[in-house]
Amino acid sequence: MKVLVGVKRVIDYNVKVRVKSDNTDVDLSNTKMAINPFCEIAVEEAIRLKEAGIATEVIAVSVGSSASQEQLRTAMALGADRAILVETEDTAEPLTVAKTFAKLMADEGAELVILGKQSIDSDNNQVGQMLAALTKRPQGTFASNVSVEAGHVAVTREIDGGLRTVKLALPAIVTTDLRLNEPRFAKLPDIMKAKRKPLETKTFADLGVEVKQHIQLDKVEAPAARQGGVKVGSVDELIQKLKDEAKVI
Amino acid sequence: MSYQAPYKDMQWLVEQAYQTQQLGNLESLQDFDLDLANAIIDEASKFASGVLAPLNMVGDEEGCTFSDGQVTTPTGWKDAYAQFRDSGWIGLALPEEYGGQGLPKYIAQPVNEMWLSSNLAFVMFAALAQGGSEILLKFGSDELKARYLTQIVTGEWTVAMALTEPNAGSDLGALTTKAIPQADGTYQIKGQKIYITYGEHDMAENIVHLVLARTPDAPAGSRGLSLFAVPKYRVNEDGSCGEFNDIRCTGIEHKTGLHGSPTCSISYGDNDNCVGELIGNLNQGLMAMFVLMNEARLSCGMQGVGLSELAFQKALQYSKERVQGARADGQRVAILEHPDVKRMLLNLRSESFALRSLGYQIAALIDVSEQSDDAEAVKAAEKRIALLTPIFKGFATEQANELAGDAVQVFGGMGFVEETGIAQVMRDARITTIYEGTTGIQAKDLLHRKIRVDQGRCISELMADIRDVVEKSPDSVVNQRLGQALNQLAHVLDSTILNPSAELAQLDAVAVPFLNALGGICCAWQLVELAQRAQVSKAEDEVFFGNVVALAEFYSAYKLPQAQAALTTVIDEQNGVGNYEF
Repeated sequence: MKVLVGVKRVIDYNVKVRVKSDNTDVDLSNTKMAINPFCEIAVEEAIRLKEAGIATEVIAVSVGSSASQEQLRTAMALGADRAILVETEDTAEPLTVAKTFAKLMADEGAELVILGKQSIDSDNNQVGQMLAALTKRPQGTFASNVSVEAGHVAVTREIDGGLRTVKLALPAIVTTDLRLNEPRFAKLPDIMKAKRKPLETKTFADLGVEVKQHIQLDKVEAPAARQGGVKVGSVDELIQKLKDEAKVI
Repeated sequence: MSYQAPYKDMQWLVEQAYQTQQLGNLESLQDFDLDLANAIIDEASKFASGVLAPLNMVGDEEGCTFSDGQVTTPTGWKDAYAQFRDSGWIGLALPEEYGGQGLPKYIAQPVNEMWLSSNLAFVMFAALAQGGSEILLKFGSDELKARYLTQIVTGEWTVAMALTEPNAGSDLGALTTKAIPQADGTYQIKGQKIYITYGEHDMAENIVHLVLARTPDAPAGSRGLSLFAVPKYRVNEDGSCGEFNDIRCTGIEHKTGLHGSPTCSISYGDNDNCVGELIGNLNQGLMAMFVLMNEARLSCGMQGVGLSELAFQKALQYSKERVQGARADGQRVAILEHPDVKRMLLNLRSESFALRSLGYQIAALIDVSEQSDDAEAVKAAEKRIALLTPIFKGFATEQANELAGDAVQVFGGMGFVEETGIAQVMRDARITTIYEGTTGIQAKDLLHRKIRVDQGRCISELMADIRDVVEKSPDSVVNQRLGQALNQLAHVLDSTILNPSAELAQLDAVAVPFLNALGGICCAWQLVELAQRAQVSKAEDEVFFGNVVALAEFYSAYKLPQAQAALTTVIDEQNGVGNYEF
């Protein structure tokens, strides 16, 4: 069974995010970048399937700039067999990414696609669901457990108020939640080997993916700085303030 | 807050070292480019912050325990060791032939720095594996190499260096441990050694002790020392661990710092059943030790860098959170806003940045000396490394102590309270000016072996290189100050250090001030050169490169004058050291 796994290059979660002074976007110049943490969990799950003898090949896929090669190398250092970079200098919208994966899924004959449930930069949480719709295949989102049995994958999903387990016929799409696994550290010899693993670069044109713009980014602003609190004299005063000032009740 | 690797600093300084020493031209390093360096630094930083840093305080608080000859390492040590070993980090810069990764030193240096910052006490075994392997590689017989190297490089077994005895510390020639030749060519080892880092522990199956001892008819003093490989468990024909080799740990030290690292007293051959094998030639043990020593001294200098970085991170974090005092408008402020706190933080920041740069440059020079085909370049690199080693070891560790003190000061009263963790840095740093040759010994090595013996040729070349940097922007005040310090240094060399009629006792009394002066000048040199490069790249990242320029300015105003003051001491013949009756 071939497994496709999504890898997105995002700002490192340890880095303090700065907004560009003209509010057009987040400032990413000279910022440390990393694999999106949810994608790292997806990579880990795919490697575990390979180690368990279930997956035969793990292919890491990224849609992004040529710099995303770094994250694909990391995925290969962790254990992915090869990588495909679909190169674009523009920010790819979720639908474009979903179409790309749909095409690659068909081309590669992948039976399982594991994606992060969302990326920590734009927090869209859309690609997995869109991919399922485009390919008309079942989806198991927010996975906290994945187990593959003959022709099926059972996915335990984290939902409000509990867990729901769904059984999906393969091929299927799974998106990962935080508690699915704890990603390993790359081993030094594997980092060296990753340099020699195949990394193929493609374009949307190569794949026949039509890029349409549906989303326009108007502006990006940093969250308002936190204001100091006030002490209230009574519960009544608190309720008053919540009603009149905060306007939340 | 736990340690986070200063990724951007490391990446940029590695790149500067790579370019300055033109490592891209070395054929054998073609596979080890900057992209690979960055990937490795990135992965190592995750391990350092994720696995090692959280254990640093645990090790300090729990320490090692000793009972009935057994040493138990702190909670989590054993698992972390297994993870470290299985991730292949021990063989980082050791030959592939024996299971290592054969990485160049310029990549290994930043990786090591992260280990040293995140948990110095824990990671002491790594430098021992590196040094021990290099000794076996250079001096060991094929048989010894086959028996031990793969096990050491892969971390299955660890290495312990057994040199010091109660009456033989800095003066190794006084040691008395015996090695008695046996009919089968092996030796019976008998004696007591102290201060043996990881001499006994519970993390690996076997421990290979490299023991300095004396054969019965050996000459007295340091010319009669031989080095032996003495395993805790003898090695069977098939490479497995066999019979116990009569090596007993008799206790561990209760120390000021590095509580997590067991410092053992070891008794060899209590029952006359401790077998060792000679490494290299008889009576040439000290020569083998020097291989290790140079390595260990550079690594020790990096400890100074790593601890200064850790102290800086902790102090910066605290200074942003601690609110004390107010601005003129009455607004209460974090202490970071106070100029004196900024001064202390900049002491930490400028010195650790400069020393990191120097440490990376030395690592890149080692790559030149080991990998270049150009005999002249190799020779020049070797001479420069030899000159810089005592300066780097001595100055970086002395500074680490001073800077850890500054960091404690930033914390105020809380710095004196153990729970903040900053006091641990101060205590852990304390040994670094002592082990692997005290600052006094580094200073004598610098003064005599590295400068006077070659009549100042090597230092003149270094000064010429620094002069070139100064003259690139002769109008800059920062460059002019460094130029003045160089003039002063040239005068001190002529009038005192290289003066044939200088009195030795007088010179030795000012050796440490002289080393400190050179340390300060070398750091100023690094920062001035880095600032020049930062000016060129400024548009790429105004904050980062602007800060590099600011560090050079700060250093030339606050720190370089201290080097100049030390030079004033060096030429003062009336310094009083010889006049006082104790």
